[in-house]
Amino acid sequence: MTELVNGKGLSLIPKTDVKQGLKDFKSDQEVRWCPGCGDYAILAAVQSFLPELGLKRENIVFVSGIGCSSRFPYYLNTYGFHSIHGRAPAIATGLAASRPDLSVWVITGDGDALSIGGNHLIHALRRNVNLNVLLFNNRIYGLTKGQYSPTSEVGKITKSTPMGSLDKPFNPISLAIGAEASFVARTIDSDRKHLQSVLREATAHRGTSLVEIYQNCNIFNDNAFEQLKDPAVRDDITLRLEHGQPIVSASKAVVRAANGGVEVVARDSVSEEQILVHDAHSPDPSVAFALSRLDEPAFEHVPIGIFRQVDRPAYDVLMAEQLDEAVAQKGPGDLSELLLGGDTWRIG
Amino acid sequence: MTKQVQQLDRVIIRFAGDSGDGMQLTGDRFTAGTAEFGNDLSTLPNFPAEIRAPAGTLPGVSSFQLHFADHDILTPGDAPNVLVAMNPAALKANLGDLPRGADIIANTDEFTKRNLQKVGYAANPLEDDSLGEWRVHAVPLTSLTVKALEGFELSKKDAERSKNMFALGLLSWLYHRPTEATISFLEQKFAKKPDIAKANIAAFQAGWNYGETTESFSVSYEVKPAQLAPGVYRNISGNQALAYGLIAAAVQSKLPLFLGSYPITPASDILHELSKHKRFGIRTFQAEDEIAGVGAALGAAFGGALGVTTTSGPGVALKAETVGLAVTTELPLIVVDVQRAGPSTGMPTKTEQTDLLMAMFGRNGESPVPIVAPMSPSDCFDAAVEAARIAVKYRTPVMLLSDGYLANGSEPWRLPEVSDLPDISQPFTTEPNGAEGEFLPFKRDTETLARPWAIPGTAGLEHRIGGIEKADGTGNISYDPDNHDLMVRTRAAKIAGIDVPDLEVDDADGDAKVLVLGWGSTYGPIAAAVRRIRRNGGKVAQAHLRHLNPLPANTGEVLKRYDKVLLPEINLGQLALLLRARFLVDIISYNRVRGLPFKAEELAGVIQDVIESD
Repeated sequence: MTELVNGKGLSLIPKTDVKQGLKDFKSDQEVRWCPGCGDYAILAAVQSFLPELGLKRENIVFVSGIGCSSRFPYYLNTYGFHSIHGRAPAIATGLAASRPDLSVWVITGDGDALSIGGNHLIHALRRNVNLNVLLFNNRIYGLTKGQYSPTSEVGKITKSTPMGSLDKPFNPISLAIGAEASFVARTIDSDRKHLQSVLREATAHRGTSLVEIYQNCNIFNDNAFEQLKDPAVRDDITLRLEHGQPIVSASKAVVRAANGGVEVVARDSVSEEQILVHDAHSPDPSVAFALSRLDEPAFEHVPIGIFRQVDRPAYDVLMAEQLDEAVAQKGPGDLSELLLGGDTWRIG
Repeated sequence: MTKQVQQLDRVIIRFAGDSGDGMQLTGDRFTAGTAEFGNDLSTLPNFPAEIRAPAGTLPGVSSFQLHFADHDILTPGDAPNVLVAMNPAALKANLGDLPRGADIIANTDEFTKRNLQKVGYAANPLEDDSLGEWRVHAVPLTSLTVKALEGFELSKKDAERSKNMFALGLLSWLYHRPTEATISFLEQKFAKKPDIAKANIAAFQAGWNYGETTESFSVSYEVKPAQLAPGVYRNISGNQALAYGLIAAAVQSKLPLFLGSYPITPASDILHELSKHKRFGIRTFQAEDEIAGVGAALGAAFGGALGVTTTSGPGVALKAETVGLAVTTELPLIVVDVQRAGPSTGMPTKTEQTDLLMAMFGRNGESPVPIVAPMSPSDCFDAAVEAARIAVKYRTPVMLLSDGYLANGSEPWRLPEVSDLPDISQPFTTEPNGAEGEFLPFKRDTETLARPWAIPGTAGLEHRIGGIEKADGTGNISYDPDNHDLMVRTRAAKIAGIDVPDLEVDDADGDAKVLVLGWGSTYGPIAAAVRRIRRNGGKVAQAHLRHLNPLPANTGEVLKRYDKVLLPEINLGQLALLLRARFLVDIISYNRVRGLPFKAEELAGVIQDVIESD
């Protein structure tokens, strides 16, 4: 097993001694999602998780783009910036790169992060900007009233695709791993305990933490993740990813495939030793990537948990180091000296 | 042989050659020598967008024009007195700009049959009578260079590469330029390749000696130093001055500078320059695209930085939505547009003033932004400080409209005393401002209408901002019709109320009937044209707008003071459109959109025509 060298995600952020509770993080704004929306559960999970971090509330910033989920910052009593469609990772990059003392969160959806803002997301991931990105994936456009999204399954019948959608969807986990992400996880809106356990690891990670949250849109794409919630089947299809633990569901197990990849087999068809033990900290992303491909075809089995969690210097730290190094080499900047720095001559 | 020395008051030289011939470097070095000597000067580099177009072809020609004088001058000059043509393509591409009687120094070695054919010369123009109107100095620059470097262990190709230094040496002799700075420059530039340094210096000195001994040049020229205002000077390009201005703005606003930028011609040099000055605490972020560049700058501004993004027209188009977000969230932001020829990709290395209306109106909704435009390369420094002053004081994005001509052109700059620079700092808000002890992020300063700037990390002032319309005061989401009307008008009033100095008019005798108005980089050619008119006894007033939005309070009054207002622009009349609409003044436009600055003679003719017309 590969062990992490650090987990210093919060080390540069000021702490408070004042005991905080859920109500400290509730803003005075009325929450305006549709009744029954999965966003409520995520908001409640985040609000009740934040006090656990013990951070000064004023050093927490939520940045969002456009979409239903992007209203999130208005409901938290922290600093917040509800920006424009797809650009939250870019805006948050400027903020996080210049303010290492902030806990910066990006709240985004499948359309916001993977369609209009896809470019910003992948570049934030490769740079390893110190962000917690919560990607609410409901596989549909909600705020624009029900068009297919970049995570909708092929053939999706929607207002804009009456004969079915043609586009192959993105797998957000595969995409993130391909974009050199240092922390990639998946969780689900209805499982607060798991969601909060993932947030705990995500905030402890310094760099970009990408957390895909399966979120139900009960208006335009209801029951998209129903199998994962249905007591009759959920324990069979949910493959729990826990570092150092064998990857299994109630009836299935993940093993190494003959072709070098991984495959899912009946749990009782293999011995314990044959079951793949999860190494989220492995520098090599290939097994994590292989695991991310297991939920295709849709939902026969779905890995849930932390796919990848590796140490890599965060962008703000690297940037600050260059500034420090420049000062160490030449001293702090002096404007007069700068202006006089070229070939000069005097008249009079 | 004693040669004759002739006194001149000014000279315009154009170095022209293949993109790979080092003409920009040659021009830069001649400029440095000229600056050191104490002439006033102005330069105009002109190069293709292609890094290395096919050798010897017309699209591959790169040139550098320098105007220097014993008095203060305003432009790089209309037409060269001397053309250095390193090959037939350089001759052919530039001959049309050359007035009769001008000198041509041609590198005969490159006038081969093949090179002549490449550009369509049926016969060698150096050998027939086709150049009879000019004074041609046929010099085998390449072979003389190779010969001068015979003692060096260099390949022939490497030796030939030094021919630009031979040409520089010859020109330096011809115009009595000092040589020490060039020699030490070459020593430094090739410090790690001392053989190459020595070869280049030898080529440079050989060129000088050739001038001294050859009979091809019987006269050399002296241009005495100019009597400029006392002070310390350096030569500076617009992009470098703009970068320095941004650094000064960061120092004078006491804010850390954050630049979010994506490489684009002709703005990239600002990114390059700022990235060198990290010891000022400057963070430069080369973003994945133009949108991320401005987004990151705005995010940094939310966090308390002086957020800047630098680009050219196509980039401004991409940034529009984010600039609108900065308008409505009322955060400081500087958007530098180094304008270039458009539309679309246009002509990336050529200049234009065609982004004014985009800067003014190129966003959805009512989203006014202040606009500042520098008028000369060195003025880019002051304009950057001014843009930052407005951004920080009024919490608004500011458009700073430079252009390709200012960006790459250079002139002597009298350095400001740092102690004379304005303090443009504004304190962050740290205390609640509401009657109940609450924080109201959109409660405004009654004088400036600026909202408080409270940055993350400030306890008790936690608040949310965004692109959705905000309720006056609280900043909460609001769809209230009257509130929206109020906010639209308040944002407009804030920009309209920005303190901008009055428009100054240069009307020497006070009885001119015609006013020539300009903005941005046309200042030099307009002022030079006005001088010509006055020298010939004509009367004309001149005014130049540095603030395009809001306009100086006295603009309307100035326009109405004159019988006729002439407005030359390198666009199809964008400022004229704004002024006509605003002041109902019948502006006479003069427009050329050739990717090049105006010529003084051209504008003098236009002004004269307006004076004489009824």
